[in-house]
Amino acid sequence: MKIKPFYLVVALLIVAGISLAWIRHAQLHIPLRPGQTKPVWLIEARIDFVAHGNPVTVSLDLPDNPPGFRCVSEQAASLGYGFTIVDGATGRRAEWTRRHAAGPQTLYFKLQMVPDDTEAAPETPTPTPEAPATVYWHELQATAAQQVLDLAYERSSSPISFARELIRQLNADPPDQNAALLLDEYPLPDLLRRLLNQAGIPARISLGLELEDARRYQNLKPVLEVFDAPHWVPINENSGAHGLPENLLLWHRGGQSLLDVTGGQRSDIRFSMIRQTMPSMDLARLQFDGGGLSRFSLHHLPIEEQSVFKLLLLLPVGALVVTFMRLIVGVRTAGTFMPVLIALAFLQTTLLPGLAAFLGIVSMGLVLRGYLSRLNLLMVARISTLIVLVIFLASVVSVLGYELGVQVGLTLTFFPMVIIAWTIERMSILWEEEGSQEVLVQGFGSLCVAIIAYLLMRIAIVGHLAFNFPEVHLVLLALILLMGQYTGYKLTELKRFGVMGDQR
Amino acid sequence: MWHSAPHLRRQGVLGMNRRNVAYISRYNPRSKYPLVDNKLKTKLLAEKFHLATPCLRGVIEYQYEIAAFQETADRLDGFAIKPAKGAGGKGILVVTHRRDGQFVKSSGRSVDIRHIRHHLSNILAGLYSLAGTPDVAIIEDLIRSDEMFAALSFAGVPDIRIIVFRGYPVMAMLRLSTSASDGKANLHKGAVGVGLDIASGRSLHAVQYARRITHHPDTNTPLDTIAVPDWRDLLILAARSFEMTGLGYIGADLVVDRDRGPMLLELNARPGLSIQIANGAGLLPRLQTIEKLDRDLSPPAEERVAFAMQVFGSDNP
Repeated sequence: MKIKPFYLVVALLIVAGISLAWIRHAQLHIPLRPGQTKPVWLIEARIDFVAHGNPVTVSLDLPDNPPGFRCVSEQAASLGYGFTIVDGATGRRAEWTRRHAAGPQTLYFKLQMVPDDTEAAPETPTPTPEAPATVYWHELQATAAQQVLDLAYERSSSPISFARELIRQLNADPPDQNAALLLDEYPLPDLLRRLLNQAGIPARISLGLELEDARRYQNLKPVLEVFDAPHWVPINENSGAHGLPENLLLWHRGGQSLLDVTGGQRSDIRFSMIRQTMPSMDLARLQFDGGGLSRFSLHHLPIEEQSVFKLLLLLPVGALVVTFMRLIVGVRTAGTFMPVLIALAFLQTTLLPGLAAFLGIVSMGLVLRGYLSRLNLLMVARISTLIVLVIFLASVVSVLGYELGVQVGLTLTFFPMVIIAWTIERMSILWEEEGSQEVLVQGFGSLCVAIIAYLLMRIAIVGHLAFNFPEVHLVLLALILLMGQYTGYKLTELKRFGVMGDQR
Repeated sequence: MWHSAPHLRRQGVLGMNRRNVAYISRYNPRSKYPLVDNKLKTKLLAEKFHLATPCLRGVIEYQYEIAAFQETADRLDGFAIKPAKGAGGKGILVVTHRRDGQFVKSSGRSVDIRHIRHHLSNILAGLYSLAGTPDVAIIEDLIRSDEMFAALSFAGVPDIRIIVFRGYPVMAMLRLSTSASDGKANLHKGAVGVGLDIASGRSLHAVQYARRITHHPDTNTPLDTIAVPDWRDLLILAARSFEMTGLGYIGADLVVDRDRGPMLLELNARPGLSIQIANGAGLLPRLQTIEKLDRDLSPPAEERVAFAMQVFGSDNP
């Protein structure tokens, strides 16, 4: 049978439509719902230093896919400096260069970060670092350290729990003797790193930025990270809690120094930040870099064409409604797709003013057409006359309405005049031939379909999906194809053939 | 009143969607449509195949010919003007006779020559044609009703619609115009449909506006005793239109003329479904009976009619 490949095609269309949309959603972060907003951290790093008048090179370590965040944009502002972002073996670094600079210098680096909960988990495994170098202590401290380590070792089973035990000992209140001795010499994070390294566990001090709205001149804060294969795990040096706290951006992780300044001194780096809210759609658009899937996006078109497509891509929805109403329900309409065009016009006029304008112009047109039919005009001339009259009427109504402060008149301009003229002509002939009842039936049917199509197209999510995920039209196409195969009774036929039940 | 879909299915009612997909698009090749959509072509073809049709009196193709129409009209007492590509009886103007230089329509209203010229120019401009394409007007002889039919109809000539599937007549109805239908024979305009027994041509069941009736609403003639004369000839005439057009699923409209007997009026490649209401029976079982027959076998029209009369008679539904 021919049917099987057909259903296969339909299934394929549906699967392709949905999966393409999903892939684009996942990869390009195009939101599935309209009007979604996301918080965005706008972070500004300010580097100050004093230059000696020699060539200057400033190199700043940049966050490289920090866990829990996604970078949306980066931008450097610094007058007279050359700027590049270098992707080296030690990570990404921003580099400012200048042949000659003297006196106090200020460089800015701005970036926008979006908290990204979805990708918190899949951090790529990092290569196992080399075994930590030997740690040297004073004799007194070496004994204390060994005792602390022995106790912690006894009570733990893994690098993380080992670190936690160390933290508990060092933070005990009152501190035990060994801990007090060690803390006298070293600050807590550094001490922990030394202790862990001594035990042969790779640990490092990274620098993180605590994000808090509208803070200025913040310093990076040391964060202890312990290597628990295959990841580096941040651990709070006071509570022992592992994992990344919310709103902590790991700016500098291992590797080289945070900031290198050659040709200057007294360098300092400070951070300011504010929390903004941005529509998810704009965020997604910022990331359309022209590669891969984002190539096939209507957002690359000029704005004017985009707005045309915004409307055009709603047409299939209207076509679906018409198909459903005519094939399954069996509503009679004047002109197959006239209701869709009316619905599109309603989209711009909103329903009630649009309805009033439409009914007004059509009924006025019918009156005029009644006179025209007495003139014995040829049909093409008659419709042309009607078009001219309809446009004339529309402008008179618009001007009058505007003068009187009634905006309804203005909405007339959105209706396709030629379609209206044809509608009037058809309605008028229908009236003459089939009587007023048929005009009412078809007119009512058309308006019903138009209103349903309008209500559907007006739903924000429908417009959003249609424009941002054009591939969902494949699903609509599949539905229309399916309906094209429907051989059952129309809903209205159940009534039409109702008399058939009586006889037996 | 409404009926559930399973109920209609049990009755074998053919729905619009199924008709379009399973019958019209499967059995009617698109290329053959012009043969029936253009009444002029149908007419010429019918003459070639020696099927009786109303006599063609003239064709108006161009606007300037309309001015000269008066001469044609003067030679005829009654005539019918039809758009060649009209559908659903649209644009048909029937003049039964003349009175004081006026033309009297079948509804009894009289109109002047200007009205007729306007009508002709509308036809040429394509107002009544299927896709609004330019059209031609054909003028043919008026059909004089058989006396038996004249008593039945309010105005105009009753016609007989026969559904012919793969050359077999499967269902028939007599359409009687009423005052409500303005002399037109379209059921949805209020004409009376009388289902006819394929075996005998006797009435089975009559409906108006999808309601059962027993008497004609205008003439009050009883509708349950009708027996169409020359029934077998009518069926054969309808059945032969299959060979003529090559269309598998057609509705043939026939009339019985007082003098010339059964005549083919027009053919329809998308026949309506109301014939089922008039017959009080669904088309599907009959169509399926024909579909079960061997497609390669094509017996002559007489044999097909004999088969249909035997199988589709009211005695063995």
